[in-house]
Amino acid sequence: MDTGLRELGEYLVAAMGDAIKEVALVSEELIVVVEREAIRRVLSFLRDDVNCQFKQLMDVTAVDFPGRSERFEVVYNLLSLTHNRRIRIKLATDEQTPVPTATSLFNSANWFEREVWDLFGIFFREHPDLRRILTDYGFQGHPLRKDFPLTGYVEVRYDDDLKRVVYEPVKLPQDFRNFDFLSPWEGVQAQLPGDEKAGEAK
Amino acid sequence: MQSTDLTPRNAENIDEIWTGVTDAIQEKGFLLTQVDNLVNWARAGSLWPMTFGLACCAIEMMHAYVSRYDLDRFGVVPRPSPRQSDVIIVAGTLTNKMAPAFRRVYDQMAEPRYVISMGSCANGGGYYHYSYAVVRGCDRVVPVDVYVPGCPPTAEALVYGILQLQKKIKRTGSLWR
Repeated sequence: MDTGLRELGEYLVAAMGDAIKEVALVSEELIVVVEREAIRRVLSFLRDDVNCQFKQLMDVTAVDFPGRSERFEVVYNLLSLTHNRRIRIKLATDEQTPVPTATSLFNSANWFEREVWDLFGIFFREHPDLRRILTDYGFQGHPLRKDFPLTGYVEVRYDDDLKRVVYEPVKLPQDFRNFDFLSPWEGVQAQLPGDEKAGEAK
Repeated sequence: MQSTDLTPRNAENIDEIWTGVTDAIQEKGFLLTQVDNLVNWARAGSLWPMTFGLACCAIEMMHAYVSRYDLDRFGVVPRPSPRQSDVIIVAGTLTNKMAPAFRRVYDQMAEPRYVISMGSCANGGGYYHYSYAVVRGCDRVVPVDVYVPGCPPTAEALVYGILQLQKKIKRTGSLWR
């Protein structure tokens, strides 16, 4: 199926070659890795150029790769209704380096970037209102980072003497159990009971 | 029955009163009960739950309210205010951020108040037991009367839970607590 995405990728490289690090076509989805500081130029080009018309920013999210020197990858998903096309823009950053905000280009970026800040701790420069959006008031840490413990640091309980909900360090009566479904020693068996005759019927 | 002067003025008159009372009883019949039982019966028969849906369990709760199971039959009518409710159905995942608000809603309810914990998440954290953001059971925040298991429990299960709560009220309720 010709989606025109390869041509679009070539077109983008021709237009903004200095901002683009890499163009890839993975399972018929166009992925463009760009320079961090050029993100606003790339996004405004994609939004306004007559051949792109990606007028909707569907999502801004991030991925944590602890092994990399710039551990975070910020992902922008865009949609062009005019051309019935989607594109994915990626850039790399770390805990310290701020990313230019896309709020001035797409209003929807406001809360998406707040979410990324909340869950990953990626700072967005010139964002109008960079507060936490999902986690508890006064929450410490960024829970979607790979080094954040699953159970977190605090848990809540109602204190009968203080007459209010109090925060205490986590105390688990039973530790988290990790089931390795591929291990032959624990987890489920590859063949479930009752499935022995499944192949014979054919 | 002719009207009797019920003011006790003399012995003659008291006889008249007794005759009047006996006549009335014979004519209309009577019922004996204890105030406790009467109050418990009334309380169990009009349990107004606070609307407190937190997650997918709320969908099953809604199913229990509407036509097929129709909790209205049991005098269970959802209320939008804690000050009008007798019971709060915790339907869904109680998060850390919601816990103080939930406790405040519970505190605003008038006595006697009851709590139904609906679904795995409210019972003990369920699927999110090890999460950094979820309360491991709503009984850490409020005292719970009835636990309804399931993920989510069917509307039928919730109706059964409400019937269990009614039984509990009739069995253990008292005028003062």
